[in-house]
Amino acid sequence: MSDVISSPVATGAGIGAPPLDGTAPPDGSGDLPARERTASLWADAWRQLIRNPLFVSASLFILVVTSMAVFPRLWTSKDPLACTVSGGLSRNPPSAEHWFGTSILGCDYYAQAIHGARNSMLISVMAAIGVVLLGGMVGLVAGYFGGMLDSVLSRIIDVFLGLPFLLGAIVFLVILKDREWWSLAVVLTVLAWTVIARIMRGSVIASKGLDYVQAAKALGATWRRLMFRHILPNAVAPVVVYATILLGGFVSAEATLTFLGVGLQVPSVSWGVMIDQHDGYFHEDPWLLFFPVGLVVGTVLSFIVIGDALRDALDPRLR
Amino acid sequence: MARYMVRRLLQFVPTVFGALFLLHYLTSVAIQLTGNPVRAVFGDRMPPESVLRNLTERLGLGDPCLEQPFNPCLSLFLHRLESIFLHFDFGTDFNQRPVTDIVAGALPLTIRLTIIAFLVELVIGIIAGVLAGLRNGSFWDYLVKISTVLLIAVPIFVLAVVVRDFVNVSFGNWLRGMDGVPDLISRGVFAPTWTPNYQWASLVVPGVVLGALSLATIARLTRTSLLENMRADYVRTARAKGLRTRRVVGVHTLRNSLIPVITFLGTDLGALMGGAVITEGVFSVPGIGRQVFASIFTGETTVVIGIVTMLVLVYLVASLIVDLLYAVLDPRIRYE
Repeated sequence: MSDVISSPVATGAGIGAPPLDGTAPPDGSGDLPARERTASLWADAWRQLIRNPLFVSASLFILVVTSMAVFPRLWTSKDPLACTVSGGLSRNPPSAEHWFGTSILGCDYYAQAIHGARNSMLISVMAAIGVVLLGGMVGLVAGYFGGMLDSVLSRIIDVFLGLPFLLGAIVFLVILKDREWWSLAVVLTVLAWTVIARIMRGSVIASKGLDYVQAAKALGATWRRLMFRHILPNAVAPVVVYATILLGGFVSAEATLTFLGVGLQVPSVSWGVMIDQHDGYFHEDPWLLFFPVGLVVGTVLSFIVIGDALRDALDPRLR
Repeated sequence: MARYMVRRLLQFVPTVFGALFLLHYLTSVAIQLTGNPVRAVFGDRMPPESVLRNLTERLGLGDPCLEQPFNPCLSLFLHRLESIFLHFDFGTDFNQRPVTDIVAGALPLTIRLTIIAFLVELVIGIIAGVLAGLRNGSFWDYLVKISTVLLIAVPIFVLAVVVRDFVNVSFGNWLRGMDGVPDLISRGVFAPTWTPNYQWASLVVPGVVLGALSLATIARLTRTSLLENMRADYVRTARAKGLRTRRVVGVHTLRNSLIPVITFLGTDLGALMGGAVITEGVFSVPGIGRQVFASIFTGETTVVIGIVTMLVLVYLVASLIVDLLYAVLDPRIRYE
């Protein structure tokens, strides 16, 4: 991110006022108007985003969920797997002792919800990183070099798109018997990178012909410099937007695959596992579904809201 | 037009083989990492070596390359292609019943379910999108925007379980307890699970659930493209000519605005097939999706592989048809 902001090309690309670059003091000690004029696309976007209440509340929700995933001990001291069904502890309603009640196996449901965030978020974040790296690389290479390489890579993308997401995931995971978080992350990456690659490719092709790239080329920049310093920072915005929305999609996908019986398995704790274990008790004990479903829906919704806000903020035409 | 069609058809062939290979490689790697899937049938019991070997051999899983991790198993792939395209053989389940038989029996229900889902998402989705797009910033616009985001955020299996328990069971029980409600409604449309007595009626609710996710996407697509097109010059011309709003929207704008929706329908079929596994599973509709759902739990991997292979082929052919249709509708594609 800092690389994107510090890149001289990103500076002014959104507002079209690069001549001031040289005159503005680089340490940012200049007066306010000068700084405002040299603000990058991302700085402008950021200023717009923190004034957007929807974006701020969605980000706060994600921050809370992320802190659950990284530091579960901050939220609870109970062990999510210390379960006992003796003493009528199965499916107890919420109480002072157990804030979210107890699960069918008598585990503390609050502790499970907190610790469940880790697997759900880990799968989603790792798959998103994998998708952006793999799809971004393929899209960048295909868009930048064009020609034969582009044709071949585009055909490969077509082949992957020929496999519907859920069906492909089912076929692989149903055979795999020991499923950990990483097996789900790998499958999601393998089946979802193509869309990012297409977005990246289109975005690179669009910025390849721009004047500043031609100028850098005329100055003798190597292809590597052109690709990573000049084209990538300006082509990355739509990928960031889509990847954010995809993060929510992956949280939902983990829960769905687990429900279908091809996701995580019981000793693991995740929101998907919690929903899967209790979907038959909706009538008697609705809270058993309410808490994990609420967390999943809240997370997915937050990522969609953040993605939408990012899209609006990063599109200079809308400003 | 002809050039576009030929080019698209030529691209189709390598895509089919590529997708089948990808499917084959995914399953092979999973088998190589896990071990013989046939053993899953026996659970904890250890079957006699001869039985195990015999069954493995008959299911076509005996190739030694399936024991070497990440080996692409090309000879096995060619063998599979041969049986798929020459003998129309997609494998058998563990009881030697051909997958094609299983699919043939379950197919009509799944087709019906998909038709209902398609109708629901097209009719409601387009109407909602048009309402929101025409009155940008109004109550309708916000209602459609917020409800579609919510619909996208709820995983489809959660929606299915909630609808089954609330609508079909609770509301249905209340209806069934009342006098004067026709059976078609209380025991058909709102039956807790699919019933053979009401072949179409009891598919309505599962169909609506299946179509719900794409409904949201279609509504949003229609809304954005309608908003864009309403600002176009040809719309202003049409208005200037004195045409009534109904004609301007219905004939001029909507026709152009629906092009992205048609493109979406192609990819949507893939999502519907995946969704059918969930909705048919939850609502006990004995279609293809439920076969996959059930085979996952019994561990009959060969059935899953066979059905998914067929579905992928159907999906690819459907995408091809949508692409060709697209060229008919949009001259910009055809004269490229």
